[in-house]
Amino acid sequence: MLLNIDKVQKSYPGGRPVLRDVSLTLDQGQTLALTGESGSGKSTLLNLAAALDSFDGGEITLDGTALSSLDDGGRAALRRQSVSLVFQQFNLIPSLTVAQNLSFHARLANREDTNWTAQLAERLGLSDLLTRYPENLSGGQQQRVAIGRAMAPRPKLLLADEPTGNLDETASATVLDLMLSLVVETGAALLLVTHSPDIAARLDRRAHLTGGHIA
Amino acid sequence: MNVKAWLFILILLLPSALQAQGYAGLGGSADGFDIPKPGYQFEFPRDHGPHPSFRIEWWYLTANLTGEDGRDYGIQWTLFRSALKPTEAEGWQSPQLWLGHAAVTTEETHYFAERLSRGGIGQAGVAAEPFEAWIDEWHMRGPNPSALSLSASGDEFSYDLSLTAQGPLVFHGEDGYSIKSTDGQASYYYSQPFYDVEGVLRLPDGDVAVTGKGWLDREWSSQPLAEDQGGWDWFSLSFDDGNKLMAFRLRGGRGDFTAATWITPDGTATPLPDGSVSFAPLDTARVAGRDVPVQWRVTLPDRDLEVDVSAITPDAWMATRFEYWEGPVTVSGSHSGRGYLEMTGY
Amino acid sequence: MTGPVIQALLSHWRRHWLQLATLLIGIALATGLWSAVQAINAEARASYQRANDQLALGLFDELRDPTGPIPIERYVALRRAGWQVAAVLEGPLRISGRTVQVMGVDMVAYPALPAVTQIEQSETPPDPADMLTAPGRLLAAPDLAQVLRGQSGLPPILTSTAVPPDLILTDIGVAETLLDSPGQISRLMVLPDQPLGVPPLSKIAPELERISASAQLDAASLTDSFHLNLTAFGLLSFAVGLFIVHGTVGLAFAQRKAMIRTLRALGVSMRRLIWVIMAELTALALIGGTLGLILGFLLAGALLPDVAATLRGLYGAPVDGQMSLQPQWALAGLAMALAGTLLASGHALYRLARMPLLAGAGVQAWRGAATGQRNTGLIGLILIAGGFAIGFTVDGLVAGFVMVGGILTGAALTLPYLLSLALSAFQRRARGPVAQWIWADMQAQLPGLSLALMALLLALAANIGVGTMVSSFRLTFVGWLDQRLTSEVYVTATDNQQGQQIAQWLEPQVDAVLPIRSIELSHETGPLFLYGIVDHQTYRDHWPLIASSDDVWDRVLMGEAVLINEQLARRVGLWPGDTLTLNAGHALTVAGVYSDYGNPTGQAIVSMPQLDQIAPGADTRRFGIRLAPERATEITQALRDQFDLPRRAVVQQAAMKAQSLAIFDKTFVVTSALNVLTLGVAGFAILTSLLTLWTQRLPQVAPVWALGLTRAQLAQLEVLRSVLLAALTAVLALPLGLVLAWALLAVINVQAFGWRLPMFLFPADWVYLFVLTLLAAFAAAALPALRLMRLPPADLLKVFANER
Repeated sequence: MLLNIDKVQKSYPGGRPVLRDVSLTLDQGQTLALTGESGSGKSTLLNLAAALDSFDGGEITLDGTALSSLDDGGRAALRRQSVSLVFQQFNLIPSLTVAQNLSFHARLANREDTNWTAQLAERLGLSDLLTRYPENLSGGQQQRVAIGRAMAPRPKLLLADEPTGNLDETASATVLDLMLSLVVETGAALLLVTHSPDIAARLDRRAHLTGGHIA
Repeated sequence: MNVKAWLFILILLLPSALQAQGYAGLGGSADGFDIPKPGYQFEFPRDHGPHPSFRIEWWYLTANLTGEDGRDYGIQWTLFRSALKPTEAEGWQSPQLWLGHAAVTTEETHYFAERLSRGGIGQAGVAAEPFEAWIDEWHMRGPNPSALSLSASGDEFSYDLSLTAQGPLVFHGEDGYSIKSTDGQASYYYSQPFYDVEGVLRLPDGDVAVTGKGWLDREWSSQPLAEDQGGWDWFSLSFDDGNKLMAFRLRGGRGDFTAATWITPDGTATPLPDGSVSFAPLDTARVAGRDVPVQWRVTLPDRDLEVDVSAITPDAWMATRFEYWEGPVTVSGSHSGRGYLEMTGY
Repeated sequence: MTGPVIQALLSHWRRHWLQLATLLIGIALATGLWSAVQAINAEARASYQRANDQLALGLFDELRDPTGPIPIERYVALRRAGWQVAAVLEGPLRISGRTVQVMGVDMVAYPALPAVTQIEQSETPPDPADMLTAPGRLLAAPDLAQVLRGQSGLPPILTSTAVPPDLILTDIGVAETLLDSPGQISRLMVLPDQPLGVPPLSKIAPELERISASAQLDAASLTDSFHLNLTAFGLLSFAVGLFIVHGTVGLAFAQRKAMIRTLRALGVSMRRLIWVIMAELTALALIGGTLGLILGFLLAGALLPDVAATLRGLYGAPVDGQMSLQPQWALAGLAMALAGTLLASGHALYRLARMPLLAGAGVQAWRGAATGQRNTGLIGLILIAGGFAIGFTVDGLVAGFVMVGGILTGAALTLPYLLSLALSAFQRRARGPVAQWIWADMQAQLPGLSLALMALLLALAANIGVGTMVSSFRLTFVGWLDQRLTSEVYVTATDNQQGQQIAQWLEPQVDAVLPIRSIELSHETGPLFLYGIVDHQTYRDHWPLIASSDDVWDRVLMGEAVLINEQLARRVGLWPGDTLTLNAGHALTVAGVYSDYGNPTGQAIVSMPQLDQIAPGADTRRFGIRLAPERATEITQALRDQFDLPRRAVVQQAAMKAQSLAIFDKTFVVTSALNVLTLGVAGFAILTSLLTLWTQRLPQVAPVWALGLTRAQLAQLEVLRSVLLAALTAVLALPLGLVLAWALLAVINVQAFGWRLPMFLFPADWVYLFVLTLLAAFAAAALPALRLMRLPPADLLKVFANER
């Protein structure tokens, strides 16, 4: 089992509980859509799985590592080595070029494979854009860079938070197709947060978060 | 008050208020200084020179002049000596201070100038023989006081005059011992009232050649006024008949003190005791912010004299470090003539 | 309607109190440093004016004898010709280790002096007779009076606050004795009312020169350059302070963009908004300005005693060490604060006024800054070129400062472009992803930091430049002292007669007795001191000549030529081969020019017989004594015993050098204090820039954090970035500082003081300054870094939060 979320609890700083005893598992190569209302805690759960934030109770095990046992450095290493992230806001590094952004994560993880990166750029239609800076790209192009950056280290787990939320319909479809095909190809697991039933329907499984629980 | 006003107080050693202590500090004590005594034997030319052991001394010349234009003029040339200490020394540290006053009075205007210096360096002083009294470029000199050349200048006027004495020296009081108060304050006092004068006045409107009569007063003392005396009125009158009168009144809190000398054309002097002459102001003029009597009735019953004395120019105010009125006058009444009037303490 | 607008705008400061504090501190620092310098200048100038008033100087024409003192007989002759003049005798007097000026005036003839009025109106006026007759009275300011009372053998002292510092006012008769100059007069003052028919001066005293009141060299004109120097420093500090204001206001406006857009959408006109913001800025300027005035007043009070010491030491200008508050000073300071704040905010206001109603909030197009940087850099280059052009073509101190100003401003403007070039180069060579990111990120941060970095560049360059100048000057000065003070012992006799006795007594015991004789001439260029020397190897071996012709010493000693000091040479443009006219009938060829530091006046050296021929009457009271150094102490003691000389009359070389150096060091205390303050302000500017950039930093660092760097690592990188930028700036500041040093030594010094100094380099100082800069950058970055390290992940996650 790649990701095991076991009775995780998380409250906002004010004390209002967001997640109550949420449990979820994801196997290697599996894709899972996490749906739910606005504010249901989808993104929070994703952040916890990405080792971006700490939780109050329960346990999350990622690739055999219990996250609650990690310190700040351990969590950073986990983010570097084991997971990749795609955000709704793309969150590219504005001061780096497309090429530099593409290879950034893989190089951080010390797993740069220039052939693979070049292949990704080709597949994602970025070959002509490599020397550009993110601010000069369209939203769809930016998100394709973000996907490339995420896939470059060949992650075991890809976490995506509304990756098409900021894109129009056409771009949306392209991005989703590219992402899913790359996930399948590399054998990565995918946890995707979305509010769209159509997108959710394209994944292996679907979990619905409501009132802090998986329904 | 500037430093020189202060210095003049120093000159005349005014310790405190003017009114309480006599005009210009002449009412102070005489510590360390010589005091005039009766029976003094004058010796010339020595006594034409300075007497540093006395506190104050002056060479005081006035002249009534007529210009070639027929108008009346008066001139004054005065050198005061004032000692801080009864000694003389060479250089800047001399305790003898000298003050020069010069004036020209026309029928309309009064011009005056003032000079201040200390002794010891040669800037001012008096030499007995050959006679010279000087301060800066002003001088009164000659082989002796019988024949003098006189000059002074200010920023608006100057004059060069020559004086020739036509009669002897005249001694006031008891052979030159002149009493100034009922308490016995006195000075040594003699005059040369018989000068014929001629020369040139240089005035803003041009030069004027003048002729006339001059009168030199020499006086020295250490404490000439009593403590209650606040000022004086002094007259030197030359009548057309050749007689002359020197008369003064010292105004005091305890009453006035008067003295006078009647001088005949041959120079015979008769001292007239306290109370012989009476003085009555007839009219005052507003001068320099004060009411100054510029017309007087002078009466000397002994000589059947009753004259009105009128200032030629009421505005003859000497706005110098110590201020006073000094100017030419005309005389009319029982006798007619000309003269000089000095009024202090107004 | 205005009420809610104000409320909305002001609410920003409540949430950003640190920004508000930064803005106020920026205004306060700018105003404070500027006002302090102004207060010092005003106080010094007021002191000169007070001294002139207290001594009635500069009001009347004067008569002087160019060859020396005027004998008293001349005074009397003038007086007896009708000239209304007043005599003054003045000279220096050494009393318990300090030199005071004695001014003896003829109290009888001199115009009214406030000090005399003051004491005569006091509770216990002195007996006037005591003032004029022996022993006389000395008038002095309270602190000097205290010193004088401790001395024996002086006349009684009267205290007056209307006497300038370090001056004894007395009657001329007393001064004669005090200065041992009987019958001598230094100058005659021509009194205002002259009588009719005064003969011309040429007929009575042809040797006297009439110097009109306006032509008299007074303290104010002598010290002009010193004050200009201070003013330049004040302006530099002001400019550095304005960088802070500019940065902070710019940020505050940027952060309020959204609010302003909302307000406009709600129907508030842009005109009204601008007015409200102007009013807000005015209020801030006045508050900051007031704080600055307090700061400036305290600072000036702290620095003034040293400035006063400098001015007295260097120029003999009378300055009190006391500060007094002048209302016009406060008003000028507030006006500067207001003008500076509006100037620094002008750009932000302009951009605000032109902001379209519906402008997107999006990411700043920082990459467009590259062209901007290039253009600014171009303007900078033009300014630098213009500065050099003016410096080389126009004469005068102001042109010198214009040149320095042009170079500094120009260099500051080219800084962002140069830094960006450097960063690109580094980025290209970077290997690791993190390193690559850091260089790229610094590049991106540059526009926001460039003003603070410019401030740092200016402060560093000023530090290097001024430091190099002062150290070069000091090194030159020390070397010069070694050359100039070659005699082992210096002795000053009480009078000429004793001088002769001393010389005779010494002759058989020592290697050489070198008379030091001089006389003050009134030259067309101002006062000129003429010295006479005897032939001795000492001069030939050591005298610090900076330009000379063949056989220079032989020609001077033969009476054929003259040596002049550098000040005179540069002022009149006389160099070896030219002719110097000393006074009527005496013109000599210039054989050489020697350096002569710490002295504002001209100087010339001739052979001893020449001196007596040109200007008879020089004292023979001072001697340099050559002997084996180990015998110096013995001879010093023997001289004191034999001739009953006071300690100060016999001085050993070492003591004299130490004293000269002490004066020198004092001179530059103010300069270094201002230097350190400027650097401090620049460091603060970096801190404020980093703090204001803080909110823009999160979107930059959050993705990197998400990709697997810890907050601690990111914080370290933040510090590293700041230190790297500061280091790059410091590297660029070094050449600029050296150019500045060159300009100060070769242009400003020549114009201000009349001497050109060789430039020395002090790499150890640079290392020290470099380390100091890195520390400042470290300290400035430490606070934001600490904040980043402690930032809860939730705050970083907000960056990724979806807008739904």
